[in-house]
Amino acid sequence: MATTHEAMLDRLQRRHWWQRLSASDLCWAVVVAAAAMVALVRYRAPMNGYDTAILVATSLALIALGWHWRAIRVFTPVVGGASLFAVMRYPDLAAAQTDFFLEYLLASQSAIMWMSALFPAATLAYGVGLVTRHEFSARVGTALTWTAVGAGLVGLLVRWWESYLHGPDIGHIPVSNLYEVFILFAVITGLIYLYYEAAYRTRALGVFVLTVISAAVGFLLWYHFQRGADTIEPLVPALQSYWMKIHVPANFIGYGAFAMAAMLGVAYLVRHRASDDGPVAARLPSLAQLDELMYKVIALGFAFFTVATILGSLWAAEAWGGYWSWDPKETWALIVWLNYAGWLHLRFTKGLRGRAMAWWAIIGLGVTTFAFLGVNIFLSGLHSYGEL
Amino acid sequence: MSADEAERDGRRKRRRRSMLRIILEFLGSMRLAITLLVVLAVASVIGTVLQQNEPYADYRIEFGGFWFEVFRVLGLYNVYSASWFLAILVFLVVSTLVCVSRHIPSVWREMTRYRDHLRISSLTALRNHRRWQVDVSASAASSAISNVLTRAGYRQRTGDRGETRVTAAMKGRANRLGYVMTHLAIVIIGVGALIDANLGVKWRTHLGDLEVVTANRSMSQMPPDSRLPSGTSSFRGTVYIAEGQSAGGVFLPVRDGHVLQDLPFEIALQDFRISHYDSGQPKSFESDLVIRDEALDDPLKRTISVNDPLHYRGYAIYQADFNDGGSRLDMRLWPLSGPSDATIIEGRVGEQIEVTVNGTQRTIELIDFSLFNVRPERGGDGAPSNDPRDVDQRGEFRNVGPSFKYKLRQPSGEAREFHNYLTPLRLDGASYYLSGVRTSPGEPFRYLRIPADREGSPALFMALLDRLNQSAQVRNAAQETARQLLKQYQGEGAETLVKRVAGTAEGMIKRLRRGGFSAVEQHLASQFDSDAIDDQRRETLVRFSRTVLQRTLMQLYRDSLISERDVASAALKLAQRDRRFFADALEAISGLAAYEEPFWLQLKTFEHIQASGLQITRSPGKDIVYAGFGLLSGGVFVMFYVPHRRMWALVIPGSDSTEVVLAGVSNRHPGAFGGEFSAVAEALERELRAAANETNGGPGVDGNDA
Ligand code: HEM
Repeated sequence: MATTHEAMLDRLQRRHWWQRLSASDLCWAVVVAAAAMVALVRYRAPMNGYDTAILVATSLALIALGWHWRAIRVFTPVVGGASLFAVMRYPDLAAAQTDFFLEYLLASQSAIMWMSALFPAATLAYGVGLVTRHEFSARVGTALTWTAVGAGLVGLLVRWWESYLHGPDIGHIPVSNLYEVFILFAVITGLIYLYYEAAYRTRALGVFVLTVISAAVGFLLWYHFQRGADTIEPLVPALQSYWMKIHVPANFIGYGAFAMAAMLGVAYLVRHRASDDGPVAARLPSLAQLDELMYKVIALGFAFFTVATILGSLWAAEAWGGYWSWDPKETWALIVWLNYAGWLHLRFTKGLRGRAMAWWAIIGLGVTTFAFLGVNIFLSGLHSYGEL
Repeated sequence: MSADEAERDGRRKRRRRSMLRIILEFLGSMRLAITLLVVLAVASVIGTVLQQNEPYADYRIEFGGFWFEVFRVLGLYNVYSASWFLAILVFLVVSTLVCVSRHIPSVWREMTRYRDHLRISSLTALRNHRRWQVDVSASAASSAISNVLTRAGYRQRTGDRGETRVTAAMKGRANRLGYVMTHLAIVIIGVGALIDANLGVKWRTHLGDLEVVTANRSMSQMPPDSRLPSGTSSFRGTVYIAEGQSAGGVFLPVRDGHVLQDLPFEIALQDFRISHYDSGQPKSFESDLVIRDEALDDPLKRTISVNDPLHYRGYAIYQADFNDGGSRLDMRLWPLSGPSDATIIEGRVGEQIEVTVNGTQRTIELIDFSLFNVRPERGGDGAPSNDPRDVDQRGEFRNVGPSFKYKLRQPSGEAREFHNYLTPLRLDGASYYLSGVRTSPGEPFRYLRIPADREGSPALFMALLDRLNQSAQVRNAAQETARQLLKQYQGEGAETLVKRVAGTAEGMIKRLRRGGFSAVEQHLASQFDSDAIDDQRRETLVRFSRTVLQRTLMQLYRDSLISERDVASAALKLAQRDRRFFADALEAISGLAAYEEPFWLQLKTFEHIQASGLQITRSPGKDIVYAGFGLLSGGVFVMFYVPHRRMWALVIPGSDSTEVVLAGVSNRHPGAFGGEFSAVAEALERELRAAANETNGGPGVDGNDA
C-alpha cells in the first residue's frame, strides 16, 4: 500500500501517471489483461455482450485496484489459482466426495467452512494482540483474515462452478440468495478492513471489525445447519438478469463499509471513555484518526450504495416495469441512504464530530441490518430472497 | 407620487424583499434539509410496515371502523401517492434547489479564485506550513516553486505584493463541482419522479371528474368517466389478456379501485408459456405478443419474458403476472345431501352457473384453474404465488397436477370457496381427492380427504354416502346389525328390542351426518348421564352403542361393495386396503358435516386457456431521472475522492537571503493531506538546495517546521 506521502514523492519525480507506473505495475496489468484475454477467447461462445462487458470492466477495475493496493497482486492470483485448480479436479459433483483437495479444502462447502473457522480465529488473534500488545499475535490475525477472505472467495467461485455442474440451465453467479450474500458480506467487509489496516498501519481495530464479520459467520452457520440454506437452487425468473452481477456486489461494498463504520464507532466510544494516558489509549488509534477513518469508510459505503441503489433501480425498470416501485426493500435502501446522507451533512456543514456521530454510525448499522435482513424476515415484497 | 408615498412604497418593497429572503433562507437551510430527510425516512417506514394498496375492505377488518377511517384520511393505505408525501418530496426538491442556487456563486468563487491575498501570518497559522531561509535569488526560488507545484499537479497564479512574490495554487477544483452535481442531481431526479407520479390523474380524481371503479369490471364495461385517453400522461397499470384475445387499454390502480387508460395500439396475446426446471420450480414466463397499430404496416411480433420487456413508442410492456384466461371445465356434480344422480356441468373460469340440488339452490362461481400445482414437498399447503417476480420459491417440489377453484354462493349472498384437484393425491400410502374449503379469502384452505376407490374414482365413496342418505337403506342395515348383535335374545320381545336398537343406530347416523363423530360422542355422553345408571353400566352402554354404529356403517359399506363388485354377500372378503378405505371414508363422512354444501364438484376434463398479466408503463420522466442518476453517481465520487487542495508559496527577498514560505489546506482528509504536503515541501527543499548549490556551491537552506 503506497501512502500518499510516497505516492506524492513519486509523483514529484515524474509528470504523467503512466510514467509513474513501475515495472511491476505494468506486469500486473499485463497478467490481468492476459488472463482476461484467455477467458474471452476460450469462452467466447457462451458469453453474450453483457458478459463480455462485465468481464472487461472487472479486469480494468482489478488492474486499477492492484496498482492502488499491492497486496491484491498476490491475493488475486492465489485465489484465482486455487479456484482454477479446484475446477480442474471437479468434472462432476461426485468428485467433491472423492478428491482429497476438494473434500478437505476447495469444494465450496469445505472452503466456506474454512472461512467460517478462520474469521473467529482471526478475531481471537487480533484480540489477544490488542490486549497483550504482542505484535506477533496481531500479525497472525492479519494472516488469518487474509486466509479467511481468500477461503470465502474461493468458496464462492467454486460454488459458481458447482451450480453449473448441477445443470447448465441452473448455473448462476452465487449472489442470488441470503446464504450466498452472507458469504459475500464476510469477504467484502474483510477486504475493506484489510485495506484500511494497511493504509492506517494499525492492527488495533481488527478485533472490532472482525467481531461483526464473525457474527455474520455465526448467522451463516445457523442458516446452513438449521435451515439447510446451503443447497444450490435454480434461479427464479426474476433474478435471471445480468444486472444481478453488478447490483448485488455493489450493494455489499456499501453494507460492508457501513458495518465497519459502526465498529469504528464502537472503537471510538471505547477510546473516548478511556483516560488519555491509560492502557486503552496506548493501544487504540487517536480519536482524530478514528473519526477520519469513520468518515472515509462511510463515504466509501455511501458512494457505492448510491451506485448500487441506482443499479437496482435500473434493473427494476427492466424486470418490474418501473424504476421505482416503493417495494419494501427499495424503500429501506432509500432510508439507509437518507440516514447516511444526514450523517455526512451534519459532519460537513455543521462540522459535527465525536460521540454523537459514533453513536449515529452504530445506529446506522441497525438500520442497514434491517434493510438487509429485517425486510426479508418481517416484510413481504418482491425482493424476499428467502425467508428464515 | 409624493416623497412620503415613495418612502412608504420603498419600505414595503424592502419588507417584501426581506420576507422573500427569510423564506429562501428557511427553504435552503440545513435544518430544513435534515428535517425533511428524517420525515421522508419515517414516512417511508410507515409505508413498508403497513401493507400498501390492499383492498379497503381488508383494512376495515384489520383496524376496525374508527381507525380504518383515521388511516384512510391520512392516506396511509397508499402512502407513496398520498398528497402529503408528494408534498414532502416537492419540499425536498425545492429546498435542495434553493440550497444549490445559493451556493453556486460561492462555489464558483472557490473554484476560480486563487485567494492570493492571504497574509503571511494567516499562512503560518495553518497546520501545514514550512519556511526556509535560502541563499538563492527570488526568481530562482520562484521558479523552483513553480516547478514543484506544477509537477504536483497544482494550477497556480503568481503575483507581486510589494517586494513579496505570491504564488497561490490549487488542485481538485472539481470537488466543489461535486457538491453542485449531487445536489442538482437530487433536484433533477425529483423533477423526473414528479413527472412520473401521474399528478394529472390524482388531480382529476381529487376534483371528482374521474370516477374510480371499485368493482371488477371488464374493459368494455368501464364507464366513460373512468377512462383516460391515450396521450402524454405517465402511468403504470396492468392488464390481463387471455390467449387469443387482445386489449387496447390498461387498468391503473387508484386508491381502492381503478380507472382505464386507453392505449394507442392493440396488444394481442398469441401464447403464454411457463417452463419449469427439472425440479419443478418455474424457469421462465413468456408471452408471444402481437402489436397492432395504425402506424405499423405489419403487426409487430415479439416475445417478452421476465427481465426482457418490449419497449414500443415510449410504452414499456413487461411480463408481470399470469392467471387463468377462461379455461373450459367439465365437472361432475356429486350430490352430498340426498339421493340424486350425478350430473355433468360445463363452464368457463370466470362464469357463474345456477344449480339446484335436492331443493337447495347455489350459484357456482368458477374462479380459477391451474394446470400445474407445484407444492413444496416439505410441509405447508404452499400454494405458490402466481407472481413471477416473486423471488421466494425454494425447497423440494412436486407437481400434483391440475386443480380448480370455485365458490358456492347461497341465495343469501354468503359464499364458501373450494379448491379441488383433478387427480387423486397419494398421501400416507393411500389415494385421496383433496377438496379444500374456506369461508374467507384470508384463511388457509382446510382439506377434506375423499378416499379414491380401486379405479381411482370417488364413486365408491359416493355410493356409500348415497346409502347413508337413504333412510330405507340405513334402516335395513341397522336392523340387520341389531339382529346379529342380539342373536342370543331369541323369542318374545326380541323383534321390539331389535327395532329399538336399530332406531338408536339410525339416530346416531343422522347425528353423524349432521355433526360428525364428535356430535355422536356428545350425544352418547349426555344420553346416559343419569344418576340411575352407575359408571360401569354407563360404560357398557356407550361401548355397545358405538359397536352398533360401527357395525351398521360396516354393513352399509359391505352393501356398497356388494353392489359395486357384483358378488354374493358371503363371497365378499375385505382386504387390508378395503378396511383402510372404510376408515378413511368414515373420516371423510365425519368431515363432511363441516362442509355443509349440497354437492361436490369433480373435475373431469378441461381445456386450458391462460391469460398473461402485463404491466404497461409510460414514464416520460424516466430519461430525466436517469440523467439525474448519472450526475449523482459522478458527483458523489468527485465529492468524496477529489479533495480540493490549496497551497501558497511566498518568496520574500531579504538583504542577504531569501525567505520562502509554503503552506497548504485541504477540505477533506487532513491526515492524508499532511503526507502530500510534506512530500511537496521536501521536493521544494531539495530543489532550493540544488539551486543554492549552483549559485554559491554551499549549503544554503535553513528550514524550520511548523
Ligand atoms: C436528498 C437531499 C440531499 C442529499 C442526498 C444530499 C447529499 C449530500 C452529500 C452526500 C453530501 C456530501 C458530504 C460530504 O461532502 O462528505 C452533501 C453535502 C452538502 N449538502 Fe447536501 N444533500 C441533500 C440536500 C441538501 C440540501 C437541501 C442542502 C441545503 C441546505 C444541502 C447542503 C449541503 C452542503 C452545504 C454540503 C457540503 C458541501 C461541501 O462542503 O462539500 N444538501 N450533501
